[in-house]
Amino acid sequence: MNARHAISVTINGQVYAREVEARLLLSDFLRHELGLSGTHVGCEHGVCGACTVMFDGQPVRSCLMLAVQANGHALLTVEGLAADPNQLHPLQQAFRDAHGLQCGFCTPGFLMTLVPFLAENPNPTEPEVREAISGNLCRCTGYQHIVDAVLLAAQRGNLGAASRELD
Amino acid sequence: MKPAPFDYAAPDSLEAALALKAEHGDEAKFLAGGQSLVPAMNFRLVQAALLVDVNPLAELDFVWPDPAGGLRLGAMVRQRRLERDPLVARHAPLLFEAMPCVAHPQIRSRGTLGGSLAHADPAAELPVIVLALDARLRVQSAHGERWIPAADFFQGLFTTVLTPEEMLVEIALPALPPRTGTSFLEFARRRGDYAILGVAAVVSLDERGGCLQARLVYLNAGDGPLDARQAAELLRGRPPTPAAFLAAANHAAEHEIAPTGNVHATPAYQRHLARVLTRRALAMAVERARGGSDPASPA
Repeated sequence: MNARHAISVTINGQVYAREVEARLLLSDFLRHELGLSGTHVGCEHGVCGACTVMFDGQPVRSCLMLAVQANGHALLTVEGLAADPNQLHPLQQAFRDAHGLQCGFCTPGFLMTLVPFLAENPNPTEPEVREAISGNLCRCTGYQHIVDAVLLAAQRGNLGAASRELD
Repeated sequence: MKPAPFDYAAPDSLEAALALKAEHGDEAKFLAGGQSLVPAMNFRLVQAALLVDVNPLAELDFVWPDPAGGLRLGAMVRQRRLERDPLVARHAPLLFEAMPCVAHPQIRSRGTLGGSLAHADPAAELPVIVLALDARLRVQSAHGERWIPAADFFQGLFTTVLTPEEMLVEIALPALPPRTGTSFLEFARRRGDYAILGVAAVVSLDERGGCLQARLVYLNAGDGPLDARQAAELLRGRPPTPAAFLAAANHAAEHEIAPTGNVHATPAYQRHLARVLTRRALAMAVERARGGSDPASPA
């Protein structure tokens, strides 16, 4: 039961090869094995959305997947969002400009939910934005500034261009 | 909040997956989307000796129009695909309409049709939809396969007729009869949360516009998807009028559903919702049966 499984995962364009226990959650793999602590862990049962990452281009909750399941797949985490470490992704910039975060704990999950949403729907309505973030909890902002940030980012455009690994 | 240790296998064929389940029985669990199983394991409500990961089985990820009418769906079709596939919109508008209500976008990225059905949560949408549509479910084991009507598949709280060796592999949705409209409505505190109550309505009209037959199936109204047959029977042969909808809604709400209440709602409130939602769902289904409104582009 404690057998270790060899996995190879592409994260933010970089290949990581590790041996993991089957029961290791993907969220813990990212944070504790790889040191990618930008992915936050809130509830660990799929309710809060803080641990959302992109898995083969789709937003998923990394606390509801096992690290072994990521073998051979491509992930994008918040660390890979901006084109380089000295820049913000346009959506991050909009969050900053519109006060879309206070404590910031939920922010990576919101970003990784909204980037694929905006790639598919670059000019969303406010109700569409609210629906898109229905699976993410924020205890600071009351969501209004997050919605403002998304609409601001959509208005500015150029959302897909900056990421390293969006494809 | 971490799962207890388990062994893990990701077989590359259905045969190999079924052989593992035949060998390990109840000690093994199939891992599909994992959106219910993994949280239950994180809470240690569920412990398995072996997880058989069926995500690599691409052969179970299909959406085909059935040459005989209707739709054939693989058990591993992701909910996200059902939400977007034009074939689902065309051939199974009731399923298409319900999909945005199935949990949150991140859950639908991973969650599967078969996983939700086999989990048999009474608050889930998908069991209600396949029951309302009279789907047939194909299950397979190392020893063969059988087809099960949806009405026989669900056996109560998180319980189905699946034996420890069996796996749900395919869902066949029959074509809707002519002059048939469908509607799904639920009330949740926030889109994607478990609904306090929901209802699927299917209404077929006769050539003169009377109600030929109807179906009303509820979620979170009992220990499984609840089929209110008596209420539906009240509509048969009657003109589809608001008075008829009201009579059916009242009967279902007062005599057929068995809501247990939860932290957000009393049973009385759930019955109230059943009355309101049933009337609205029947009116919408009848309008669609008359060709008035397409559920793929709701008004």
